Amino acid sequence: MHKKTAHELNKLLAKKESSSQELTTAVFAHLEKVEPKIQAFVTVTKEEALKQAKAADERLKNNDNVTPLTGIPIAIKDNMCTKGILTTCSSKILSNYKPPYDATVVEKLKAAGAVVVGKTNLDEFAMGSSTENSGLHKTYNPWDLNCVPGGSSGGSAAAVAANEAVMATGSDTGGSIRQPAAFCGVVGLKPTYGLVSRYGLVAFASSLDQIGPLTKDVTDTAIMLNVLAGHDKKDSTSVDRPVPDYQKSLVNDIKNLRIGIIKELLGEGIEPKVKESIQQTMKKFEELGAKIMEVSLPTFAYAVATYYLIAPAEASSNLGRYDGVKYGQRSPNSPDLLTMYNNTRAEGFGPEVKRRILIGTYALSAGYYDAFYLKALKVRTVIKNDFERAFQNCDLLLSPTTTSAAFKVGEKSNDPLAMYLSDIATIPVNLAGLPAISLPCGFIDNLPIGLQLIGKAFAEETLLRAAFTYEQNTDWHKRKPSII
Amino acid sequence: MQLDINHIAKLARLGLTEDEKVLYGRQLSVILDYAARLQKLDTNNIPPASHAIPMKNVWREDVAAPCTNTDEIVANGPTVENNMFRVPKIME
Repeated sequence: MHKKTAHELNKLLAKKESSSQELTTAVFAHLEKVEPKIQAFVTVTKEEALKQAKAADERLKNNDNVTPLTGIPIAIKDNMCTKGILTTCSSKILSNYKPPYDATVVEKLKAAGAVVVGKTNLDEFAMGSSTENSGLHKTYNPWDLNCVPGGSSGGSAAAVAANEAVMATGSDTGGSIRQPAAFCGVVGLKPTYGLVSRYGLVAFASSLDQIGPLTKDVTDTAIMLNVLAGHDKKDSTSVDRPVPDYQKSLVNDIKNLRIGIIKELLGEGIEPKVKESIQQTMKKFEELGAKIMEVSLPTFAYAVATYYLIAPAEASSNLGRYDGVKYGQRSPNSPDLLTMYNNTRAEGFGPEVKRRILIGTYALSAGYYDAFYLKALKVRTVIKNDFERAFQNCDLLLSPTTTSAAFKVGEKSNDPLAMYLSDIATIPVNLAGLPAISLPCGFIDNLPIGLQLIGKAFAEETLLRAAFTYEQNTDWHKRKPSII
Repeated sequence: MQLDINHIAKLARLGLTEDEKVLYGRQLSVILDYAARLQKLDTNNIPPASHAIPMKNVWREDVAAPCTNTDEIVANGPTVENNMFRVPKIME
C-alpha cells in the first residue's frame, strides 16, 4: 500500500477499501525497515501522525470536507516550521528549536487532512547540492546507497523515492527541489516565485526561495500544488492572483506546443549519456506532436557566478538572526555579548554556511558592494531578459536537470566551486523567478536522470500538461529502486 | 584575489580559528576569482533586479492584535528570566 501514489490511495480511501490508519501504519512499518539505510528523516512524528490519521478517517467516514490529500502520509522538509515539533534546518544552531507556529504550507496541508510522518534532512539551511552539508547526518540515495540523494531537499526526495512518505515538500533556491528529484527518480516542481507562500519557511535567499512538491508522479504534483498555491497576506512577496485547478492541466496532448532546447545545456560539461537521454526525450516530444527548436541563452555562462553572489549576500543578512539570544543554541561561558555572538555562530554553523556568510558579507561590504553585489543584480536583469527573448518563440524550454546522474558520497565535498558549477541547469531559473519541473527521462546504469521543463512566469498549467503527456507516454517513472 | 578574512569575519560576527582563516581565505579567493567573470559583461545601462517578478511595497492596516502564545515563544530562549531574554553584559 505504501508504494502507491496519492491519487491511487485517495480512491482506496474514498471507497473505504482501506483507512488512513491502516495506510499510515503500513508506511511506518516500511519506514522503520529502510530508514536505517536511507536516513532521510531528522525527526519522525509517529504518534502525532497516527492521531492525524484517526482524525482523517473520521473525516472520510462522515464525508466531511474530504480532499485528495485527506489521510495521505506526507513528509515536510525540516526548514519549514511545524508548531511544537522540532524544526532544525539540519543545523546545530537550531537543533532544539520548536516553532510556536506552523508555516502557511504546513497549515494548508494539515487543513487538507494530510498526515505528517516527519521532517526530512537537508543541507544545513538548504545550502548545498548533496545533503552532505547537513549538520546532523548524511542521507543516502535509495537507488545506490554509495551515492548522494542530491540536495538540498535530499531527505524529501529520498523519502519519496524509498516510499517512506507518499509525497513531500521541498524548497528550491538554486535547484534544491529539481536536482534531488532528478537524482532520486521522482517528480519535483519549483513554482513561479510568489505562487506559494514562504511564511514559516526559514529564509535562505529570500528573492530566490520557493516551496514546491516532490512526488511519485506528475498527477500527485498537480494535487499537492493545488493545496500549496495561493496568496498569503503573511508573505508580502506572495502574489495575489486567482489559482486554477492544476489537475485540469493533466491532459495527454501537446500538439503544436513549441519547445525550445537550450543549446548551452547540451554542450560542454554535460555527461554524454545525459545528452543522449535528452536527445531521445526531444524525439519523444516531437513524436507526440510538439514543435522542437533550438534556443540559445548565452548569459547562462554568468548564472552560477551571479547566483553565488546574490544568494550568499541575502543569506549573510538572513542568518544574522542566529545570535544565541531569542532561540537556538548559545555558546556557554562567554564573558561579553560580542564574544557570545562570535562563539555561538562559530560553534553552531557548519563549514558551507560559514563560507556563504563570508562570501555574502564580502560582496555587501563597503568598497566591494558595487563591483560584486550590484553587478550581480544587473547581470540578473540580463539573464532575465535572455529568458524573455527565448520565450518569444516558444512555450516551454527543455534541458537536462543536472549535468550527470547522482555522484558518490564524498566525491565533490572538498571542492565547493565544482559543487556549485554542477547546478548550472537549475540556477538560472531561480534568478528569473520562473517555474520548472524535473521528471525522470532515463537511466545511467541504475541511476535515474532528470528532464527539466521551464515555463513562463505562472505558466504551471502548460508545464504540468507537457510533463503529464511525456509521463503517460513513457515508462521511466515506473522503474523503482530495489530497496523498496 | 587578496582579501582581509579577519575584517570579513568581524563584520559577520563569526569567530574563526587560524586554520579556518587559511582555508576560507583560500576558498573565497577561488570563488571570487570565478565571480570576477561578471566584469566582462557590459551592464552600463542595465537596471539591477532585486527580484525576478516586479514588486512594490505591500502594506497592511496597522491594527493591534493580541499575542497569546508568549510562553511558547519565550520557551525557545537559551536563558530566560521573567519573560525576558538574558544576555551577557553589553558594557563595562
